[in-house]
Amino acid sequence: MRLFRILRTMRTALKALLRNPMRAALTSLGIIIGVAAVIIMMEIGKGSSAAIQRTIANMGANNLLVQPGTAASGGVSFGAGTVMTLTPDDSEAILKECPAVLSAAPLVRARTQVIYGNRNWVPMFIYGTTPEYLVVREWTAMAQGDMFTDSEIRNASKICVLGQTLVRELFDGASPLGKEVRVQNVSFKVVGVLSKKGANMMGMDQDDILIAPWTTIKYRVTGSSATTGNQSVSAANTTSGVNSLNKLYPNAQLNLYPAPSATQQADTPLPVRFTNVDQILTAARSSTEIPLAMRQITQILRERHRLHSYESDDFNIRDMTEMSKTLSSTSTLMTNLLLSVALISLIVGGVGIMNIMLVSVTERTREIGLRMAVGARGRDILRQFLVEAVVMCLAGGAIGILLGQGFSKLITAMLHWPTETSIAAIVSSVVVSASVGIIFGFYPAWKASRLDPIEALRYE
Amino acid sequence: MNLIELRDIYKTYHLGELDVPVLKGISMTVAHGELVALMGASGSGKSTLMNILGCLDHPTSGQYLLDGQEVSDLTTDGRALLRNKKIGFVFQSFNLLARTSALENVILPLTYTHEPLSDHEANSRAMELIKLVGLEDRAHHEPSQLSGGQQQRVAIARALVNRPSLLFADEPTGNLDSHTSQEVLAMFEQLNRQEGITIILVTHDPAVASHAKRTIHISDGVIVDGDMPPPPSGGAS
Ligand SMILES: Nc1ncnc2c1ncn2[C@@H]1O[C@H](COP(=O)(O)OP(=O)(O)OP(=O)(O)O)[C@@H](O)[C@H]1O
Ligand SMILES: [Mg+2]
Repeated sequence: MRLFRILRTMRTALKALLRNPMRAALTSLGIIIGVAAVIIMMEIGKGSSAAIQRTIANMGANNLLVQPGTAASGGVSFGAGTVMTLTPDDSEAILKECPAVLSAAPLVRARTQVIYGNRNWVPMFIYGTTPEYLVVREWTAMAQGDMFTDSEIRNASKICVLGQTLVRELFDGASPLGKEVRVQNVSFKVVGVLSKKGANMMGMDQDDILIAPWTTIKYRVTGSSATTGNQSVSAANTTSGVNSLNKLYPNAQLNLYPAPSATQQADTPLPVRFTNVDQILTAARSSTEIPLAMRQITQILRERHRLHSYESDDFNIRDMTEMSKTLSSTSTLMTNLLLSVALISLIVGGVGIMNIMLVSVTERTREIGLRMAVGARGRDILRQFLVEAVVMCLAGGAIGILLGQGFSKLITAMLHWPTETSIAAIVSSVVVSASVGIIFGFYPAWKASRLDPIEALRYE
Repeated sequence: MNLIELRDIYKTYHLGELDVPVLKGISMTVAHGELVALMGASGSGKSTLMNILGCLDHPTSGQYLLDGQEVSDLTTDGRALLRNKKIGFVFQSFNLLARTSALENVILPLTYTHEPLSDHEANSRAMELIKLVGLEDRAHHEPSQLSGGQQQRVAIARALVNRPSLLFADEPTGNLDSHTSQEVLAMFEQLNRQEGITIILVTHDPAVASHAKRTIHISDGVIVDGDMPPPPSGGAS
């Protein structure tokens, strides 16, 4: 019944508006422009902040670096068998069990000479890692060839991927695919070339890099490089089963400890950690999820490392929030600024509606008198004019949304500004234009409802 | 029971400090099914009286019984409801909604009924009345496409759409030529005779008043003649 009445009022309002379509259109123009402006601002704001986020992510702002905690807890010695540095399994666990983490890759570092033919070069970075590394660094596009795969990690295959600088220095522009480079007497077949990334925030050339399966770097190259003080040489490291080419290219590594016997292993209450890695590089899903990711990583690593609540972390996590915060807060500020300008234009549009509604009430005084004479109560008249104002605002809002979307598409097409559809902007535009209709339509409608039928009928 | 009973109605307008008495103690009675003319000089208070009778206004003092119900102290909303249910108005200047078809003009009072009719019912009821006033081929014309007489007939159909028992017409022929005036007046007579609707015609034209069975003369806010219905004559049975 009530709904029926409201529907009928809506229809009456629509008819009344369509009796003067040009004026209705001009009246809603303020709302149309206001809503369109809100939509455009929000979409450009959202688009640019997403673009900034992507840029930041590309620069590694979402990256979290997990390092073994020995440096931080210096002086505390971890007894044999309890020493818990980071392992590739930790990396896997972080990837699988931390929802806020996009990706994680273990890192084994080396710094040594790379030789091809008569050329040699010491790249800034030699990383042993997994294919995930490129996901973490947002570096998945390859210039040539392919990244190595997980099975090649299991096999400790002697293959590598080179950065652009290294290619330039060693190959002088020729394609390195299929060629072999030597790293500490181990011969690596080049299977891919990374795309160019340029310098990082510190000015270091990120293209000066060689990436290989971490197993290969770990077992065949480093061993003795001892990049982390706590890197214990575990049993598996020295079993020659993995390194079939030990005889041809022997590791420069000394066997400091005798391999543990089966009895020893059975006696050890904790599972033997065969391997450890220098670092684990992870990426949070977004800059806002960095704190969450840090909490999740801490929790998972403490669990895996069986740390009691009174023990301090045996690792530490570094982030780059400072950088990402600065950049995203700039874009938020801009969006808010533009949004408030757009909201002011909506208010101006509302005043326009009030103005025209007042004129309309005066103009239709006789109609109001007549409606009252045939039985309309004050509240019927109030509702009619209020609904007219709201319908006008909502129609204006709908047109404004379409226009705003069209414009933001146009801006993307013409100026290549990034924009992104914002559901929040659309919903809030609808709500705001309806409220503008109610707020600014109320006074004229109230005035109409207070007219005296006799005077209204006599009005010329 | 009489349809209308007025007892000692006063209406005084207040213009700032100044009191303007317009109706000065009006008492009158109208029975069911009468066709009454209300006559008087300009400014004598005819329209003021009609507004009170039509529940558009309330008297300053006095009693008004409509259909046995005291209505002089009803609220604004109460009067609106009563107008919708029991009273129809026909105005000198037609007062049709512009750019709205005759049919929709006739439907207008149905929008405000206490229990709204379905669209279909409302349409067929309005169509019925448009046929009654002989405009079925003009139902979808807008007022600007109708002659004055036709517009007034649409207004009559609108006044009747809620099946009121009482119809007020304030100078209904004031804007019409003599020929169309005759048509409209004939229609009033027909409605009065066939549908039994009580009609009160406000006019200062004796020719119009001659169509009524009784004429109430008002002068300077008091009734000078014709305040009681004629005693039932032999022909009434
Ligand atoms: N709202 C008002 N305020 C003050 N005075 C009023 C008001 N309405 C009517 N009057 C006065 O009441 C008197 C009667 O007016 P009314 O309209 O009833 O006359 P009328 O008999 O209908 O005249 P006409 O034949 O010209 O229509 C007039 O003197 C008028 O000035
Ligand atoms: Mg008058």
